[in-house]
Amino acid sequence: MNPVSRREFIGAGVAAGAGLVIGFYLPHRSSVGGGDFFVPNAYLKITPDNKVTVVVARSEMGQGVRTALPMILAEELEADWKQISIEQAGASTLYGDQSTGGSASVRSTWDPMRKAGAAAREMLISAAALKWGVGRASCKAENGTVVHLGSNRRLTYGQLVGSAATLPIPTDPPLKQAKDYKIVGIRVARIDTPSKANGTAEYGIDFRLPDMKYAVLARCPVIGGKVASFEDRESKQVPGVSYVGKIGDSAVAIVADSTWSAIEGRRALSVTWDEGPNKDLSSAVIMESLKQSASKKGATLYSVGDVSKVVGRRIQAAYELPFMAHAPMEPGNSTAYYQGSKCEIWSPTQVPQDVRDSAAQAIGLDPDQVKVNVTLLGGGFGRRLEHDYGVEAALVSKAISGPVKVLWTREDDMRNSTYRPASYHQMSAVLDAQGWPIAFSHRIVMPSINIQKGFPAEGGVDAEVKEEASFVYSFPNISVEYVMTETPIPLGWMRSVNALQVAFASESFLDELAVAGAKDPLELRLHLLSKNEDIQGWHTARMPAVLRLAAVKAGWGKPLPPGHYHGIAGFACFNSYMAEVVEISMQNDRPRVHRVIGAIDCGQVINPNILEQQIQGGVIYALTNALRAKITFDKGRVVQGNFDDYEPVRMSEAPVVEAYFIPSTEVPTGAGEPPVPPLAPALCNAIFAATKKRVRALPVLG
Amino acid sequence: MAEITLRVNGNERKVSVTPQTPLLWVLRDTLELSGTKFGCGAGLCGACTVHVDGAAVRSCSTLVSQVTGKSITTIEGLSTKGLNPLQQAWIAEEVPQCGYCQSGQIMAAAALLAKNPHPSDEEITQAMSGNICRCGTYDRIRRAIHRASNAGGAR
Repeated sequence: MNPVSRREFIGAGVAAGAGLVIGFYLPHRSSVGGGDFFVPNAYLKITPDNKVTVVVARSEMGQGVRTALPMILAEELEADWKQISIEQAGASTLYGDQSTGGSASVRSTWDPMRKAGAAAREMLISAAALKWGVGRASCKAENGTVVHLGSNRRLTYGQLVGSAATLPIPTDPPLKQAKDYKIVGIRVARIDTPSKANGTAEYGIDFRLPDMKYAVLARCPVIGGKVASFEDRESKQVPGVSYVGKIGDSAVAIVADSTWSAIEGRRALSVTWDEGPNKDLSSAVIMESLKQSASKKGATLYSVGDVSKVVGRRIQAAYELPFMAHAPMEPGNSTAYYQGSKCEIWSPTQVPQDVRDSAAQAIGLDPDQVKVNVTLLGGGFGRRLEHDYGVEAALVSKAISGPVKVLWTREDDMRNSTYRPASYHQMSAVLDAQGWPIAFSHRIVMPSINIQKGFPAEGGVDAEVKEEASFVYSFPNISVEYVMTETPIPLGWMRSVNALQVAFASESFLDELAVAGAKDPLELRLHLLSKNEDIQGWHTARMPAVLRLAAVKAGWGKPLPPGHYHGIAGFACFNSYMAEVVEISMQNDRPRVHRVIGAIDCGQVINPNILEQQIQGGVIYALTNALRAKITFDKGRVVQGNFDDYEPVRMSEAPVVEAYFIPSTEVPTGAGEPPVPPLAPALCNAIFAATKKRVRALPVLG
Repeated sequence: MAEITLRVNGNERKVSVTPQTPLLWVLRDTLELSGTKFGCGAGLCGACTVHVDGAAVRSCSTLVSQVTGKSITTIEGLSTKGLNPLQQAWIAEEVPQCGYCQSGQIMAAAALLAKNPHPSDEEITQAMSGNICRCGTYDRIRRAIHRASNAGGAR
């Protein structure tokens, strides 16, 4: 979001004979504002063979960065899209924060990508003008060439890079106006699609080295438990098993010459576990403690007026959500090759630098002795913001002094993951005599992901919760509080993070207020958004637009087929505004979701096809969360194990998802996560419309 | 360990593995055909779908000893010349996001079209609901199958 200052931009390079190379800086959310010096973390390279390569330190996990990011650059460069390719950067000490998350890839690269493309374009024009001995003004860049308008002479970028590379890099190149865009805003085909239709796309799990071994780990089933002892005699008799040994305090690795032998070796292994302090932990106890904490006053996240002094008709409700698991399709894995003074890792990771640093520490090397390569990711959803698989691979490789791929089975992932935190929400509101709410309170009770992971608190709380507990409605009296709790359950950032819990509670409760005040749920929201103002950085005027767009496309308020009902919800997060209308019918007391209409305002759309994919995918992901995703703990163990007891939505349950967006030339904002939070409340509001029963606890199907 | 001869994508391949090894791991680890994916190991997600004598099977739950002498087709062997109409439809509809499940989805769809060149929505749902996609590409999978069907099926 922050504009990139000149000193952050343009660091130049002349790569002799290699063409034109421009380094530029891609800020990440967490690094914006930090650092006073220029550190390029991405490169644009144009070579004499007329190829344009963009080296980018972002991971492709399905969200389309390998296509969307170069589109931004190609637009300003006036490149021929067919010239463009992207090169995946691994972890580097040269680059800034290379994490992929927070729906930040497009919004954080928008300015630097455009400026790098524009700078190169200006240099290429200058180089052509010098070569022809004509004025710059008579030359124009188009479609990967510079053309002299007077003579119609034309040189390709490849022909110009040698001389362009000797020119100074403009620090403030002119940027194109949105009305002149030829690539940005177009449904450009994704670069990675053909390889994903013929099986050649290489994910982490597909990477192999000569003489590589395969390993699985037996991990303590109880959270925080350790290995007391193990008996490996039978395990070592399994054909192909070559090594069994303890890895860290809480796991035993079984190494073999195939994945299956390693899995069989694990089956034959006998481990005695020291179950540790959490052996009696259960989900019911955790939820009970959250409920008890709801009686405490929390830290104020947002406050207007004084909710305690408002007199009128009081409405109260409590909402709760369970722990959830990301469950990306590609199970955890990494390949590592430890060779004494160095180690190389290939990992499907969203955090290559964390993998590098954590692996280095684990195996006793310096970070610059560890090289991390980023493969394609078979889904991420935040699961791969953890460094666990990469570190394990490095440890096992060190133990056997050879290359090894560590693989997690589905059960390993389900039971040894990090989880979206469970939460409890105490809601309260006051209606005036006309049925309009004049006070709104939301007390969020939830363990903090960031504090558990050791990030510093800001103002006594997890600042990310404050950011994602965004509030766009105008009430004369508002109180949003956060009671920050602790849990031994490992927590992780899962697609839309805290926004999912906050939106489920607040957007469901708004529906309760509409019912109590005899207002249409859309009308109530528009009423609360009727003042055009900024609330904590949110523009209230952008929210009604998406609510209206979703409502119009869904036919809100118009007759539906018999037995069909609508529910609506909206939420603003990751700097974007999103509304969804869900159409359901009830079949045997279960909701059947027929159609979901999503409308987003995420500023300038880079690629409508990819945005539509994000909305379709976000809605289906959120539907699994809403209907069934529930991780429970019993005796300190995760109960669920595979896709039978943690079953994602299948085609048989998948609604038609229609995606719409507000045409905009505002700065692009998040797209991967905003489609998630409105779905569950919109669904449950539709269930209320159908049944007059309020769902106050997820998952819907219990 | 046993010497087993397999017919994979039209070629005879000799492997030395225990007969109880799931076909999936023989394809991936021994024959280095990594287009077939591991998702659940329990026949629940369909990421490992291949054809055995033309029928879609879950290779993670099929022992290699069960398929000796049978004709096995993986995503790598689905089309001998370029991309077949189904794969072209997948590209035209821009189905994949992360793409990890798509080999299995395409193999399941190819088996469906081979049996039923013009499936209805309901028939597509029935045939494809064993395949999980966490990116939520179901709408587009359905559209791609219809497109391929109109273009002449999986051949």
